[in-house]
Amino acid sequence: MSEVTSQPTLKIVIVGHVDHGKSTLVGRLFHDTGSLPDGKVEAIQAMCAKRGMPFEWAFVMDALKAERDQGITIDVSQIWFKTAVRDMVLIDAPGHKEFVKNMVCGAAQADAAVLVVDALEGVREQTRRHGYLLHLLGIRQVAVAINKMDLAGYAESRFEEVSGECLDYLGSIGLDTADIRVVPVCGRDGDNIAKASAHMPWYDGPTVVETLEAFHPPAGPVGLPLRFPLQDVYKLDERRILAGRIESGRLHVGDEVLFSPSGKKAKVATIESWNTPGAVMSAHAGQSVGITLDEQIFVERGDVTSHEAHAPMLTNVFKARLFWLGHAPLEAGKTYKIKLGTAEHQVEVQSVERVIDVEDLSSTSGGKVERNAIGEVILRSRGLMTVDPFTSNMRMGRFVLVDGYDTVGGGLISMDGYADQRPGLGVKSQNIARVAHRVGIEERWRANGHRGGILWLTGLSGSGKSTLGFLLEQHLFRKGCQVYVLDGDNVRHGLSADLGFSPDDRAENIRRIGEVAGLFARAGVIVITAFISPYRSDRERVRSVAPDLFHEVHIKADVATCEKRDPKGLYAKARSGEIKEFTGVSAPYEAPEKPELVVDTTHSNVDESLALLSDYVLANFSVTGKV
Amino acid sequence: MDHLDALEAQSVYILREAFNKIDRLAMLWSIGKDSNAMLWLARKAFFGHVPFPLIHVDTHHKIPEMIAFRDRYAKEWKLNLIIHENTAALDAGMGPDKGRVNCCTALKTEPLKEVIARHDFQGVIAGIRRDEEGTRAKERVFSPRNETAQWDTRDQPPEFWDQFKTDFPPNTHVRIHPLLHWTELDIWRYIARENIPVVSLYFANAEGRRYRSLGCAPCTGAIKSTAATIPEIIRELETTKTSERAGRAQDQESEDAFERLRSEGYM
Repeated sequence: MSEVTSQPTLKIVIVGHVDHGKSTLVGRLFHDTGSLPDGKVEAIQAMCAKRGMPFEWAFVMDALKAERDQGITIDVSQIWFKTAVRDMVLIDAPGHKEFVKNMVCGAAQADAAVLVVDALEGVREQTRRHGYLLHLLGIRQVAVAINKMDLAGYAESRFEEVSGECLDYLGSIGLDTADIRVVPVCGRDGDNIAKASAHMPWYDGPTVVETLEAFHPPAGPVGLPLRFPLQDVYKLDERRILAGRIESGRLHVGDEVLFSPSGKKAKVATIESWNTPGAVMSAHAGQSVGITLDEQIFVERGDVTSHEAHAPMLTNVFKARLFWLGHAPLEAGKTYKIKLGTAEHQVEVQSVERVIDVEDLSSTSGGKVERNAIGEVILRSRGLMTVDPFTSNMRMGRFVLVDGYDTVGGGLISMDGYADQRPGLGVKSQNIARVAHRVGIEERWRANGHRGGILWLTGLSGSGKSTLGFLLEQHLFRKGCQVYVLDGDNVRHGLSADLGFSPDDRAENIRRIGEVAGLFARAGVIVITAFISPYRSDRERVRSVAPDLFHEVHIKADVATCEKRDPKGLYAKARSGEIKEFTGVSAPYEAPEKPELVVDTTHSNVDESLALLSDYVLANFSVTGKV
Repeated sequence: MDHLDALEAQSVYILREAFNKIDRLAMLWSIGKDSNAMLWLARKAFFGHVPFPLIHVDTHHKIPEMIAFRDRYAKEWKLNLIIHENTAALDAGMGPDKGRVNCCTALKTEPLKEVIARHDFQGVIAGIRRDEEGTRAKERVFSPRNETAQWDTRDQPPEFWDQFKTDFPPNTHVRIHPLLHWTELDIWRYIARENIPVVSLYFANAEGRRYRSLGCAPCTGAIKSTAATIPEIIRELETTKTSERAGRAQDQESEDAFERLRSEGYM
């Protein structure tokens, strides 16, 4: 039998502004390469004659009657195509603003793209939007066809002008323009489509067909760490089969695997299959498989299987760059269903960081993300989500949002500025158990005359945490309390001397302080901590160390006020770029949602603030009235 | 990864998504090569099982060999088969002489809608492919149908990154298309690789004719061909310039005959 092609079919999307001639170019390309079935040209002639219009190549792809009647592509179409070099699928995308959602469907599955630009009109709104979306969707192979060169008198000068305009834009959004081929064509007449044009002797570059042939099929994500999201669990013939598709990496029988977010572990007993010769011992990215485990643990759809050494991140918050397709705008405070691989969660839009204008690439902060716009947002869930940043794993680092019945947007995950929340989960050491003290906590309270506990002061740098913390310590000590301040700089000299300021290190620093504070509190001491502790997840983890003893105090001041105070000159350094990822300037501060106490230092002076704090302690820590 | 392996993995993924997300699900089985390949893929996805019923819409105009094939494999593969027909229209003598599109609507679309309503199916798996025909080239993998089973070509849902539309208003259903990304050649190469049984009508007979696409006897023409084995069919398809559905008369009744059929609920 004939040989089955082993090369993957290359998928190429044709994009660009409405009426710049995408469908015409595709129709002509098919004709000129002998790819149209017999009778197609005659059928199109009949359709055009019926409408009293000249021959229209676009009718090859525009199969819907509404499309032909209106002369516009509504929905994306796919057509198979073969050259001497390889098999390809051309995806013809609509260029009308109304149908950006359909363009996204086509572009999201492409390996490469051809941006079609009208030689007379030049770069227009959808040229830019499509270019931006291609880049956002991770398509790095792009070519440009400057179409309708006949209308520009086949002039080289006009070609250079439009070509320059186009490359400038693509370069400004981050594409490597050195790799972008630009071809002058006339789609309707077939100039430079499959054959070099006699009208443009000044051009000696490749034709469109040669340009398509020069695109590379994508390399599979086999070399990345294993990610096997569970799609379903089947109980069949006494086997419990975990089914899904391996999105990246490799899996072997006998591997110890970790399931996230649950953290459960087991060994792969078998890789199941049907109608395959012999037992399957390994599987890799792209394959839909089923596995059984050596022990029966509860796992479910949405869990991500990995190797322990290269596990995905866990988080309940991340930053996303997204394109919005919903009729109602995306706004802070709204909640959506997120589909992340096979997992689903409810997420709330914590904030809209910026909205990007694809016209001039300017961005405005805050506000709403309207239909067809692109924005950067912070999304937050209740439980932990299993994620990879898009930059380290394309297939795992993207998501869609669903509102009601409808898919309303898609986005890419960034964990810049956020820590992996996995390290704080669980206990590594084996064979340890909690040992009971012979002295009860209430005995300690009676002896001290007050309860123990943690006053966790959180707020921006310069908000007054340390100042108030030390004043409160002094005030309580004079009243005879057992009290101690854990302060940022002091802790970093010893307990956390090995840590830097990356998100992971910051999270670990807070975890250590939380554990130490928990020990102090159980010893009966009033512990006052003074750390920015910008992440809600970190503070919640500390709360979980000693839930009854934890008091979250938001020392609240806006960035402008703190920057004016700038006691350590840090804001100045952050603004100049000397300090990177500085909270409030270049890294997020997540204000507490339900703190036990808020002390607003923008509007209260030091004495007023201190009074608030000591009143709170009196109300909540008093046993004998000492405090 | 081999081309056929990649196609298979994608179809298996789609079938498993459908099974997980859609409560009452069924698969259409026309006995043609595509739906046989699709049924095979379901057995791959569910490790030899087919965990949902199959629907065969019987028009009484099918070629007898197809019915024999259906009954044999339904038994052999232990399929839960639902056979449905529009008895009233058949009794009234419906046939292609009443207009081919009318006939397709009465004997295929209407009973399909009926069986979906009777069993309250929320999802119906159909073996259509993008390369068959222009409107199918514009289909989604999960393609919603409204309360009257209509397909809204002007406002299809966004579908990307294999995140399919799986949330629907009540009384609507979704068509699931696990073969959308396959070509006719891919199907034959897969049939050859997997040894999937197909009816013998696809192979050239002594008169030098074979069926390239199978439907009802009155509306399906055989093509001239000497391809009597699967490898010969594959070689023939590698060079042909005739479209697959050229032998299907209902498509040719008018420019948008097939689009109208499909918009009204045809597969």
